[in-house]
Amino acid sequence: MHLKYESQLREPLVRGNKNYRQVTEDIVRPIEAKPTRLWYIGFFIAVALLLFGVYSVYREVTYGIGEWNLNKTVGWGWDITNFVWWVGIGHAGTLISAILLLFRQGWRTGVNRAAEAMTIFAVMCAGQFPIFHMGRVWMAFFVLPYPNTRGPLWVNFNSPLLWDVFAISTYFTVSLLFWYSGLIPDFATVRDRAFTKLRKRLYGLASFGWTGSTKHWQRHESLSLVLAGLSTPLVLSVHTIVSFDFATSVIPGWHTTIFPPYFVAGAIFSGFAMVQTLMIIVRKVFAMEDYVTLGHIEAMNKVIVLTGSIVGIAYLTELFMGWYSQNKYEGYTFWYSRAYLFSPYGWSYWGMMACNVLSPQIFWSRKMRRNVFVTFFMSIIVNIGMWFERFVIIVTSLYRDYLPSSWSVYYSPTIWEIGFYAGTFGLFFTCFFLFAKYFPVIAIAEIKYVLKTTGDGYKEQMSAIEAQPLEAFIKDQTHHH
Amino acid sequence: MAKKKFVVGCFEDEAVLFPAVKKVRAAGYKIHDVYTPFAVHGLDHALGLRETSIHTAGFIYGITGTTTALSTISWIFTKDWPLNIGGKPHFALPAWIPIIFELTVLFAAVGMVLTFCYLCQLAPGVKKHHFHPRATDDLFVMAIECTDTTNTDDLQAFLQSNGAIELSVQVAEEGWWFGRYDNENVPFQNKEIVAA
Repeated sequence: MHLKYESQLREPLVRGNKNYRQVTEDIVRPIEAKPTRLWYIGFFIAVALLLFGVYSVYREVTYGIGEWNLNKTVGWGWDITNFVWWVGIGHAGTLISAILLLFRQGWRTGVNRAAEAMTIFAVMCAGQFPIFHMGRVWMAFFVLPYPNTRGPLWVNFNSPLLWDVFAISTYFTVSLLFWYSGLIPDFATVRDRAFTKLRKRLYGLASFGWTGSTKHWQRHESLSLVLAGLSTPLVLSVHTIVSFDFATSVIPGWHTTIFPPYFVAGAIFSGFAMVQTLMIIVRKVFAMEDYVTLGHIEAMNKVIVLTGSIVGIAYLTELFMGWYSQNKYEGYTFWYSRAYLFSPYGWSYWGMMACNVLSPQIFWSRKMRRNVFVTFFMSIIVNIGMWFERFVIIVTSLYRDYLPSSWSVYYSPTIWEIGFYAGTFGLFFTCFFLFAKYFPVIAIAEIKYVLKTTGDGYKEQMSAIEAQPLEAFIKDQTHHH
Repeated sequence: MAKKKFVVGCFEDEAVLFPAVKKVRAAGYKIHDVYTPFAVHGLDHALGLRETSIHTAGFIYGITGTTTALSTISWIFTKDWPLNIGGKPHFALPAWIPIIFELTVLFAAVGMVLTFCYLCQLAPGVKKHHFHPRATDDLFVMAIECTDTTNTDDLQAFLQSNGAIELSVQVAEEGWWFGRYDNENVPFQNKEIVAA
């Protein structure tokens, strides 16, 4: 057997000297216990928001897009802003579960399950917006290429909007498969220790009859690795394609080649902020501080300061190009509609700058990165900032374009437009509350896999080994077969 | 399916399990399987299992997706209904790359997961024999297939001397069946449980 070794400099991924049984107990406890009062309160608030969203959507479907304040020339407003925002949030889950798996980042094990759940729920929310923006939502299936009696009239495969249909649906499907295949062994763990018949039956169904056979684990590992390898370019492609919705147009402020990397960085930025918001609550409510440690929070804050700064550079590059291109429409969009504080939407641009570029710089300080309150506060700020970013891109480019005669009046949303957005929060948190109650929020099997190479017990053991003379070390630690 | 008799030994630590696997195999016993709570790396090699080919299947599904997307789109846009989009070529390959890529990923992922479920016989409602309920919690459960000549007492003593903490002899179906985990009318019987 090979020698497992992890540097003394690394922080333990799991705190406390735990054994496998304790890991199971700690993570399964919330599933086996009755929900707390706090859970019920949170769940009912989420369901109430969801119902308000359903009513808002009902208004929109009944009376048409006019229920929203969309007009000429602001044909995309809150809806597409929210769509891009939610898709972006989803990206952190895939980054954590797939890209960090390929990069062998051990800290992903503490947060990947919840982050992947977040991805799936966020993509579900995102999908609502373009679907209901169609207006005649009962014809939404027209986006699918199927032989039909209208010619057949096919969809336009050259359009970024159709690429989006494929990208988002593939992303949702692959994320769901990745997430669920990881859940199967953990559901089996819950099933085998269930003490009520109903739980045994339901988790029995959910676990697909998993036994933990060595061959199955071998295939499972291979499957996870390939799905991670597929998800990595997939997640980059999804936000790239979302950015193409804008970048392939000829609207000033949209027509730029910088969009794909800038959108992907922004997506990861906002997604990590959402993971922080959720994980800080989860670790507190379920007493999982040993599994989602300050080390995890710090690692995610490092990603936030990196991606926030990439986004900042993108903003500055756009401003530079607005001037350097000497295109008066670009210049007007960037230097008047956006960067001029007293222009109609200048507030949103500077709100975005303050939230996304300036405030995350606080995370250059280690003390701040490890401060749970600062992190929680900043995670909200970042998501507000990223919402502003999408709003700035969409609305400030649309409300004044080439012809002053078609400049629109000041666009602000109606209550039903806001209600739709609030409703997706309801959907997201309803799903997340159910997930937190009925699913293992931390990947049990993956924690067990890293348990023996991390944790305080391991560090103590390694310190003793490191203190040994070399000869004794070689003699003790090499296994001969 | 025929029932078989198994001698089952449970281990608490993978560091004890590995030498035990080696010794049991060297003694000529046939290890039916080892059930573990997580993926123990190297155990597949220790058991003499061959590498999985599921990634090859994934590759084949992937290129199936690529060809499906490419052939469908090119047929639609060049043969079935050539749309004039701004006078641009009907065969607009660069613009099709995103969808071709997405379908490649979609086919590979869906195909691989279905193949995985098929190979491991996993589906909702499938029930299998579990040699020990703690195999998904904290025990590493080794099931050794008995032949007509196997002396189960000797084998249990042998496992115990190699670190097994719990031993039993079970007669069980080795396959799967449709069933529910809350029903205990399962086609196996616990012969005897020997506490170590």
